[in-house]
Amino acid sequence: MILGLVSVCTPLGDSCLRRGMARIPPISLTHPASLITAVFTPWIVLGIALLIGYFASYLTALSWADLTFVMPAAGLGNVILALLSRFWLHEAISLERWAGIVLVTIGVGFVAQGPSLTERPTAEAPVPAEVQQPLLEEQAQ
Amino acid sequence: MTIPFSASQPGFWAATAMIAAIVLTSTAGEVLTAAAMKSIGDLDEIRARSGLMGAIRAVLTSPLFFTGIVFLALAFFSLLLALNHMALSLVAPASASLTLVTNAIAAKLFLKENVDRRRWASAVLVCVGVYFLAH
Repeated sequence: MILGLVSVCTPLGDSCLRRGMARIPPISLTHPASLITAVFTPWIVLGIALLIGYFASYLTALSWADLTFVMPAAGLGNVILALLSRFWLHEAISLERWAGIVLVTIGVGFVAQGPSLTERPTAEAPVPAEVQQPLLEEQAQ
Repeated sequence: MTIPFSASQPGFWAATAMIAAIVLTSTAGEVLTAAAMKSIGDLDEIRARSGLMGAIRAVLTSPLFFTGIVFLALAFFSLLLALNHMALSLVAPASASLTLVTNAIAAKLFLKENVDRRRWASAVLVCVGVYFLAH
């Protein structure tokens, strides 16, 4: 369910961003401030709102699954975007894109069959020591 | 596309540098936020215990999470910059698919995740697939 939300918000948010950025004149590295003003274009704001929704669900997924499990699953978003444009906007999908859809689907099926979390030696402590260590050091200071 | 081929097209090295910047910063951000979420614990359990605000507070008070967010923000701005200079059909597939593979490597190195043959296979499959789709 959460992974589904991740897959839906990403393509929608991204396409809003692309629409927004295409309308802005080229930005140069010598004027970094123009990158900041770009953030306040309506399409960019909508895109960012959708991406925040994506990020919240993505973080929830990461709290109980491995990064290498969530990342491929989030790739499913590209498939959803392609299928949406095919059946909703009636765009033609090239052979190359169908190949992409098949590959991503097989890849996600592959990873979904395995365990979602790396087994740790201590089953009752879900927090792995090597991850907790930097936090503890920071608290000790 | 209304953007013409002009002198503003970046050269090979500039294009490589822009994409490398996206890939590196987003990989660092992903790994740091993943480590933060693992150290916080299952968000569903935290929400059951102390409510939605408790879960949000648990995430926002994690220093690891903030370091990750800084890198993700850098990745976001380098993506905006690259999109502004280069064709979408180059930036999107290159950064999206490369990030998948660098993330798998970084997750194995730094998060000590068990990246077995099945996960490598799916990372590569999704990487190639995303490249085709975004092209």
